[in-house]
Amino acid sequence: MSNILFLPILVSLLGGALTLSFWRSIRWQKRVTLLSATIYLVVAIVLLREVMQEGYVVMQMGNWAAPFGISLVADVLSATMILLTGIVGFAAALYSMASVPDQHIRFGYFSLLQLLLAGVSGAFLTGDVFNLFVWFEVMLLASFGLLTLGGERNQMEGAIKYVTINLFSSAIFLSAIGLLYGTAGTLNMADLSVKLVGVEEQGLVNVLALMFMVSFGIKAGAFPLFFWLPASYHTPLVAVSAVFAGLLTKVGVYALYRFFSVIFIGDIDYTHTIILWLGILTMLTGVLGAAAQFEFRRILSFHIISQIGYMLIAFAIFTPLAIIGGVFYIAHHIIVKTNLFLISGLTYQLAGTHELKAMGGFYRQRPWLALVFLIPALSLAGLPPLSGFFAKYIVIKAGVEAGSWWAVGFGLLVGLLTLFSMIKIWAEVFWKSAPETDSPVDLSGHLSPWMLAPVIMLAMITVGIGFFGEPLYRLAEVAASQLLNPQGYIDAVLGGVR
Amino acid sequence: MEIVLACCVGILFASATYMMLRRSIVKLVMGLIMLSNAANLVIFTAAGVVHGKPPLLDEATKTVVAGVADPLPQALVLTAIVIAFGVLAFSVVLIRRAYEEVGNDDIGQMKGTDT
Repeated sequence: MSNILFLPILVSLLGGALTLSFWRSIRWQKRVTLLSATIYLVVAIVLLREVMQEGYVVMQMGNWAAPFGISLVADVLSATMILLTGIVGFAAALYSMASVPDQHIRFGYFSLLQLLLAGVSGAFLTGDVFNLFVWFEVMLLASFGLLTLGGERNQMEGAIKYVTINLFSSAIFLSAIGLLYGTAGTLNMADLSVKLVGVEEQGLVNVLALMFMVSFGIKAGAFPLFFWLPASYHTPLVAVSAVFAGLLTKVGVYALYRFFSVIFIGDIDYTHTIILWLGILTMLTGVLGAAAQFEFRRILSFHIISQIGYMLIAFAIFTPLAIIGGVFYIAHHIIVKTNLFLISGLTYQLAGTHELKAMGGFYRQRPWLALVFLIPALSLAGLPPLSGFFAKYIVIKAGVEAGSWWAVGFGLLVGLLTLFSMIKIWAEVFWKSAPETDSPVDLSGHLSPWMLAPVIMLAMITVGIGFFGEPLYRLAEVAASQLLNPQGYIDAVLGGVR
Repeated sequence: MEIVLACCVGILFASATYMMLRRSIVKLVMGLIMLSNAANLVIFTAAGVVHGKPPLLDEATKTVVAGVADPLPQALVLTAIVIAFGVLAFSVVLIRRAYEEVGNDDIGQMKGTDT
């Protein structure tokens, strides 16, 4: 029964391979992509149900017993992330149907997209540190391909920074893996959790913890090594940047959550204080960076960084309520941020530019589009009754209860500045009248239903979480209790082996 | 032996960082190559270098003898080499395309997406 655990990876890998075999037929590539995205979504829902019943679903690859083989593990956090991957993948697949030029599809756009999802799923499901590295690389290579597809000058410039810093982070990750193996003699996460307690040199364990923190921090876009993100995320196709924005940085955040709740829990005071300040600085630099920008997708890119900060401080406070807030925040953020990027693609199609100064008049000519933008934008800023309000509220409340006043203060300030940025986009793109030029801008162009459907779907999920947030809260509650009690994880993975 | 290897790792990391900080994109890729080699050497060294022992169980008792070579780090390094090879092949193509687009190999000129 635990075989279902492998399906998310298998479905997207197979989908990627099949689209490759339909290299010449664009129509069949689209069909296969839609089919595999739908199957993925169904599998993700079934997996989440299964995990909610059983607590943990574990699969030992090749039937090698736990610390020796590679384990795939799904707890509630992993299964939730898989479901979110499914939703983002589905939305991106729909959106790509009409928005991706044939030229990109001929060079393997859909195969790369599915391989990216396979890498992301593998990273969420694996219970082995080296295997996590391998999935990271699968994900990275696919993202390199997607980022450079099209070959424009901007993309090349962005890609050089993206590739370099990510390879640097991988090298740190790999060295840390080597040193970890030399210290503990195992790479299974559950086994590490048991064995690291007995290591004499706890200082060395802390050094290792920080090496992993740097590596995942780079991938998550945390302060101070976040500059690659706003330099590259606005260069590829909109569907690609939406998937990147929704999923890639969150893989880094997920890895931080996993490592610093299961493996490195020996010196929480030390490690989590660092994460707290990283979070605060990330939040602040991200939102201040966004305030200075006047390009739609660059503003959104900087906001990814500031939102990552919230997830980090929620985790760093490390009380049950804070972690509930963190998980809730991740779920809310993935949906909202993907949606905002997709909407930037709609306005781009109508106005032909991403520059705020050159846009305007959308409210007058496309009022429904304005409404659809307002839902995720206000949710991102944290206005009730949308999903972002509850996410922020839980995090801030946890901060107050734990007495982390710095985190609370900066959290509220950054929320205000986020609102400022969103209002800036609203005022420039939607509210103000179109700039006067020689040829008046015509915004009445046709928008394909393939592109509108995912945007409306994600906006409805955002409203849904706002009004009926309890199921997600319960989910986050179970995920948090599992993260705070790694013993359950250890028992589930190692079973009777110990 | 470990001392020599550890020094090699340090030198590789240092020169890799130096190369990556220079302005030419060709040197950037050379830095990346050295960086991945340095990381592989860390795994190899940190897991313990054993001379002249096969990674086999004792024939009679079927247990691990003390001081036996551990085959796992080699497997890890092999995987990492293959991955690094793929990634580096990509980055070589990338810098060539970037050179064609920008018409310059100076990374200081590639800041159109930064502001």
